[in-house]
Amino acid sequence: MASGVKPRVKVPKSAAAGETITIKTLISHKMESGQRKDDDGNPIPRSIINRFTCDFNGENVIDITLEPAISTNPYFQFDSVVPESGEFTFTWYDDDGSVYEEKKAIEVS
Amino acid sequence: MSYNKKLTIGLACASALGFGVAAWAGPDEDNLVINGEIEIVTEAAAPEHMEYVDTIYSGWRFRSDETQAVQADDFDNPSMIFVETAMEVWDTVEGTEGKSCSSCHNDVESLRGVRAVYPKWNEKAGEVRTLEHQINDCRENQMGAEKWKYTGGDMVNMVSLISMVSRGMPMNVAIDGPAQSTWEQGKELYYTRFGQLELSCANCHEDNYGNMIRADHLSQGQINGFPTYRLKNTKLNSVHARFKGCVRDTRAHTFKPGGPEFTALELYVASRGNGLSVEGPSVRN
Amino acid sequence: MALTRRNMIVLSSAALAATGLGAMPAFASLAEDEIAKLTGGADVGSGELSLTAPEIAENGNTVPIEVSAPGAVMVALFADGNPTPAVATIKFGKLNPTHVASTRIRLAKTQNVIAVAQMEDGSFQRAQAEVKVTIGGCGG
Repeated sequence: MASGVKPRVKVPKSAAAGETITIKTLISHKMESGQRKDDDGNPIPRSIINRFTCDFNGENVIDITLEPAISTNPYFQFDSVVPESGEFTFTWYDDDGSVYEEKKAIEVS
Repeated sequence: MSYNKKLTIGLACASALGFGVAAWAGPDEDNLVINGEIEIVTEAAAPEHMEYVDTIYSGWRFRSDETQAVQADDFDNPSMIFVETAMEVWDTVEGTEGKSCSSCHNDVESLRGVRAVYPKWNEKAGEVRTLEHQINDCRENQMGAEKWKYTGGDMVNMVSLISMVSRGMPMNVAIDGPAQSTWEQGKELYYTRFGQLELSCANCHEDNYGNMIRADHLSQGQINGFPTYRLKNTKLNSVHARFKGCVRDTRAHTFKPGGPEFTALELYVASRGNGLSVEGPSVRN
Repeated sequence: MALTRRNMIVLSSAALAATGLGAMPAFASLAEDEIAKLTGGADVGSGELSLTAPEIAENGNTVPIEVSAPGAVMVALFADGNPTPAVATIKFGKLNPTHVASTRIRLAKTQNVIAVAQMEDGSFQRAQAEVKVTIGGCGG
């Protein structure tokens, strides 16, 4: 696991059934592009988060493939409808094979 | 590369001094309210000790709308990842005394107001100290833990956390009494030209704020927003790290972060922002 | 930020100095190649697809962009002046009602950000925005 990787997500705690909510996500990650060189002139190997997904109760909301052009500490904002109470699952996939997961429950009335 | 870099820095400074007036754009008129609730004073009457400036502005007012927006919401502000890391450290026992920050200070909210009055005279030590000095003093003498590197990640994260709980409070560093001689020293440094380019802090941040230095909109160099997350290096930057960068860019040998020169300069620069809100951890370009 | 003509001259001379020769390598075709691969050479129209990006980025390292692609199943983003043009591919799931997404991207220099969306009926739409990437001042 790359060091110091920390996900953050912002989801409202409650919503009305069928309401559209806005979700924000951020994960601390250096997103080493593979384009840089170290002090000795050797290329620094690419090491990025290459995929991010968000699902709600097993149904997909968004599925993003990230390239090295995504900035350090990748940030995404998107919308979702919430048909019923349940749980969002956020998953980030690291080049090094690590998978970071975060869950957020939402109460739907 | 190094040749080109020098050449462009030279160009940058030449353009700032040569073409500055043509590009006057001043600070913008935007208001900063963080999370829709913390009102930030980004413009105030200059403190009495300032002879050449009538109104002081936060650096936030000189940034583009896109950069400004990132600071208006704590979720959008990437600094907060690092603040969360510091919150964990706050409660983590370290050192021979078996203490964490919270062992003595309880909730970090108990330090509300601290950031606004630092750097500050420390009676026992008989010197002016920055927040970083004080944190290391705690680590060494209260916790029995190792000191942090002055501009290192652990340190700047912790300063950001302590700053965050004072957001919205007016900067109010004391410049009289025992702090006065340090403040005078800082003032002297502020107006001294350094380096091959012979630039003082004042040349850019007093004489030319609002003008363009190459493609960059020069601010007053206020530090009420520090630590600041810079889009450029995508991490939190401390006051002394920024001072170091500025002095280096005048092509001078720079002073040591945490040393007496930068401490004096920080007190003086902080005093030029007395009246602006504590804003850190902020977002800048 | 107001950019006067004089300022732009200063800017461009600084850019020349930074690249050494001022030669602009023609990476644009790389992006077009990838877009052609994606669409399989099909016609690409325009429609409700939109891309929002700042006209001038204060720093190319972190440029906020937003794409809005109603009716699209997928949007691919490209930056035609980056060493590798691909930026991200966004697939919208069943629960996504607006097909709007924002992120922050890296741009190596002034260039076009291009969005290509694949619609539900298999057709393609394209939108693009030019972002001027400025070189900072003393920068620190």
